[in-house]
Amino acid sequence: MGLAKRIIPCLDVDNGRVVKGVQFVDIRDAGDPVEVARKYDEQGADEITFLDITASHEDRETMVHTVEKMASEVFIPLTVGGGIRTVDDIRKMLNAGADKVSINTAAVFNPEFVREASERFGSQCIVVAIDAKKVSGPGEEDRWEIFTHGGRKPTGFDAIEWAKKMADNGAGEILLTSMDQDGMKNGFDLGVTRAISDAVSIPVIASGGVGNLQHLVDGVKGGGADAVLAASIFHFGQHTIPEAKQFMVAQGVEVRD
Amino acid sequence: MNTVAVIDYGMGNLHSVSKAIEHVAPEANVLVTSDASLIREADRVVLPGVGAIRDCMAEIQRLGVDELVKEVSQDRPFLGICVGMQALMQHSEENSGVDCIGLLPGQVKFFGEPLIEEGERLKVPHMGWNRVSQAQVHPLWQGIDDGERFYFVHSFYVAMEQSKYVMGSSHYGKPIDAAVGHENIFAVQFHPEKSQHSGLALLKNFVQWNGQV
Repeated sequence: MGLAKRIIPCLDVDNGRVVKGVQFVDIRDAGDPVEVARKYDEQGADEITFLDITASHEDRETMVHTVEKMASEVFIPLTVGGGIRTVDDIRKMLNAGADKVSINTAAVFNPEFVREASERFGSQCIVVAIDAKKVSGPGEEDRWEIFTHGGRKPTGFDAIEWAKKMADNGAGEILLTSMDQDGMKNGFDLGVTRAISDAVSIPVIASGGVGNLQHLVDGVKGGGADAVLAASIFHFGQHTIPEAKQFMVAQGVEVRD
Repeated sequence: MNTVAVIDYGMGNLHSVSKAIEHVAPEANVLVTSDASLIREADRVVLPGVGAIRDCMAEIQRLGVDELVKEVSQDRPFLGICVGMQALMQHSEENSGVDCIGLLPGQVKFFGEPLIEEGERLKVPHMGWNRVSQAQVHPLWQGIDDGERFYFVHSFYVAMEQSKYVMGSSHYGKPIDAAVGHENIFAVQFHPEKSQHSGLALLKNFVQWNGQV
C-alpha cells in the first residue's frame, strides 16, 4: 500500500465561529475558523472539513468569505458542507476555494441532485453526508436508517442501500456520521461503518463519536474507513494531529507523517 | 515581471491553483484567464483541470485552448495539473473514450473495478496522500524528498508509452505515472496546490524554472 489513511479535523461553524456541541446541544466556542484551520494545517492535518451549522442559513455570505480566506492560507483539501442545496450553492463554494462540497439533506429530498452535481462538477468534489442511526432492536439483524435535521427526522431509507445509491449517482466520497455516537466520545459505530465501506467502491469517511486515539484506529481497522473525522478531541487540546498520527502508526495504520 | 497564466476554460476551482502560486511567489503576476493574447504573453503557463475529461476536452476545443496549448508549450515552462495533465495525452478511456490534445505520447486508463492489492479491495477514486518516487532528476523536484507524499484525487491514470517521459511514479493497485515531462513541459496527476509543503515547493520550483532540464 502507499495511500495514507486521512485524519480530518472537522470545524462546525455557527455564525462565523467554530463550535462543538454534544449531540447538537451544549455548544462550546472553539475559535475563529481560519485560525483553527491554519493550526490544523501546521499540525499536518490531511484535509479540513468545514460544516456550516448556522440554523437559518441567512448569512451565507459570511461563510463564503470565511472559505475564501481559509483557501488562500491553507493548502490542503477543504470540504464545505451545510445548506448546500443547489448547483449555484456548489459553484459559489468551489469558486470561493472549496475543493469538495458535502451534500446531506438536499440529497435526501432529491437524489438526482447528486447526479446533476457530479456531472456538472465531477465526482471528485461531491461528498454525500449520511447521518445514520441504528433502528434495529436487540436480537434483530442490524439495520440503520438515515436521518435528517441533525438526527431528528427519520426518512425510512436504509443507510446501506442509500450509500450504494449515492455512489451510483456519482458521489465521490461518503461522509458517514453515526447519530447514536455523535458527541458521545464512545467511538464510531463500527458496524455501520464497515457495512457501508464494504458496500461501496468509493472512499468512506467515518465520523461521530471519537473520544480517544484508539477510536481513530478502530475506524480504519474495524470499520474499514479510508479517513477518520473528529472534532472535539482536537479542538479542546486533548490531542494534537501529530499525536494521533504517531498513535496510528504504532498501531500499524499508514498515515502521512 | 514573472507572469504566470493559469488557463481558465471554465472547469473547476482555479483559484486554489492561483492562490497557491501567489503564496509561494508573491512577486509573480498570476492571471487566471482564457484570453489567448494574455496567455501568449505569459512567461509560464499552467493548465489545471478537474472533472470529467469529455467536458474538459469539449471546453478546451470550443475555446481553442488545444491549439493555444500546443503553441505556448513550445517555448516556455508549462505545467499540467490533474485533468490538465491527462488532457495533454493522446487518448483517455474515460466517458467511453475521448481524444485528447496529444502533446505527449501517453494514454489515460481506468483503474479498474474491482482494484485489488494484497487481497484488499482499493477504493476508486484514488483519493488522498500517496508517495511519489522520483523517476528522474528534474529541477521541479529540487528540495523535495524522493517518496514524498502528494494529494491525489482521480479515477483514471496516465500510462506513458516510453519511460523517458516519466518523471515520477506512484502505486495504487498498479503503477501509475504521477509526474511526466518533456523538455519545458511538466505535468502532474496530483494536486500540488493541495499538497501542503511538498506541493508548494514544487510550485515554487516551477515559478523559478527556466524550462531547461
